[in-house]
Amino acid sequence: MKSEMTDENKNETEQPRRSWSFILYLPAVAKGLFNTLLHILKLKGHKTFTVQYPEKRPEVRPGFRGEHRLKVDELGREKCVACLMCQTVCPANCIDIVAEEAPWDDRDKRPRTFEIDMLRCIYCGMCEEACPCDAIELTEKLYTVSTSRAEMIYDKEKLLSN
Amino acid sequence: MNDNLQGILMDAVRAVAIFGGVMTLAPMLVMAERRICAAIQNRIGPNRVGPMGLLQPLADVIKLLFKEDLIPDRADRTLFSLAPLLAFAPAAIAFIAIPVGRDLQVADLNVGVLYVLAITSLGVYGISFGGWASNSKYSLLGGIRSSAQIISYEISMGLAIVSVLMIAGNVHLGSIVEWQAKNGWIIFYQPLAFIIFLVAAFAENNRLPFDMAECESELVGGFHTEYTGMKFGMFFLGEYIAMIVMSALLVTLFLGGWDPVFFELPEGAAGTAISVLCFTVKLLAVLFLYIWVRWTLPRFRYDQLMKLGWKTFVPLALLNIVLTGIVVSLLTKTG
Repeated sequence: MKSEMTDENKNETEQPRRSWSFILYLPAVAKGLFNTLLHILKLKGHKTFTVQYPEKRPEVRPGFRGEHRLKVDELGREKCVACLMCQTVCPANCIDIVAEEAPWDDRDKRPRTFEIDMLRCIYCGMCEEACPCDAIELTEKLYTVSTSRAEMIYDKEKLLSN
Repeated sequence: MNDNLQGILMDAVRAVAIFGGVMTLAPMLVMAERRICAAIQNRIGPNRVGPMGLLQPLADVIKLLFKEDLIPDRADRTLFSLAPLLAFAPAAIAFIAIPVGRDLQVADLNVGVLYVLAITSLGVYGISFGGWASNSKYSLLGGIRSSAQIISYEISMGLAIVSVLMIAGNVHLGSIVEWQAKNGWIIFYQPLAFIIFLVAAFAENNRLPFDMAECESELVGGFHTEYTGMKFGMFFLGEYIAMIVMSALLVTLFLGGWDPVFFELPEGAAGTAISVLCFTVKLLAVLFLYIWVRWTLPRFRYDQLMKLGWKTFVPLALLNIVLTGIVVSLLTKTG
């Protein structure tokens, strides 16, 4: 055991003995060139990971955090009770809710407006975690596209239909 | 008078044809480089512009032409504008002495080797001036590195060529090729000189593994950090044309030039056409080697580069000359 330790120490302190082939450098070059040649000829590791984008879309993994969606219950009403938990927890301050009195008996409030600024959102999913009513969730939609800043502020209708 | 005029016209046609060929080859080379690099890295590469992406170089050039031409504040405006031309022009005019086919070159110089060496080494001025005139630390470092590197490798390259000249007994490029057609390629007589010349050619063209002048990871873009638009494009094009010239010189000196090896060239125009074809195939093979090496090997460190140049290649090349001299003098004495 002890001798092994000393051997190890010796190896660490001494310069590695370099063979002639290492000093010549050319054998290693030839080896590398052979390796890349196999790649050019598609004989080795020929899986190409490139996705030809507009024709083919990348596969979205489960758990991907994309655009938000407001959920509705079985009666078709939005689940949100305008508790402002998501607005409070949001680190990017992108959620803006204005509450009003709910016309239904089972809750006090509902959101009159529910706006998310998609340009500010960092897609962290904290709103989804904070929501006590399971009313907001992140979908797997990843193409958030518009031609103006105003369009990037999603309102309640847009979020409900998402 | 009429004969003279016809001669000048023929010269002009040959010049335009050969220069046009080189200028067409350069963008194709850029394309080939991108596709081969993509294949090595398991990617696809540019494949959108035109059939199989073959028009990508054209799109690149159009983009470069329309880009804003920036000149940095407090840069030396004259040198800054002159540098891309200095990098591009020597590479382009060096090609005139190279025999691309049997008795086919723009100018039949009887000191062809010296001419090509002299002109290609002018290319470093473009790079150093570009780096110096940019008024940027990265550019200056790139330019200095480039000049140091080219000075070091020019010596071993010259010495490697000396041993070739000792065997062929001529500095006329056409005669060297004819000697090889008769006696076999010089690479078989001078394998060491071939390796030294090849490595020095990589260094001379600032290609990986010796691209100390650009060195993206340390110097941003090296000597062309501050360049935009078509001025950058000229540097880019100049680099590829210099590559073509070096490969052509390599083919001429070591790989038998236009000699087709397996059969005798027929007389007349058909023979000339076949010889041009042979030269082109060999040239493309060497250019492929350039690209292949670039995407295989990592960059040398600056001190390793200098060590390799001065402590390995210069002594080896000198030794090679001595050995060649002994063998040549013994053979000529006895024979």
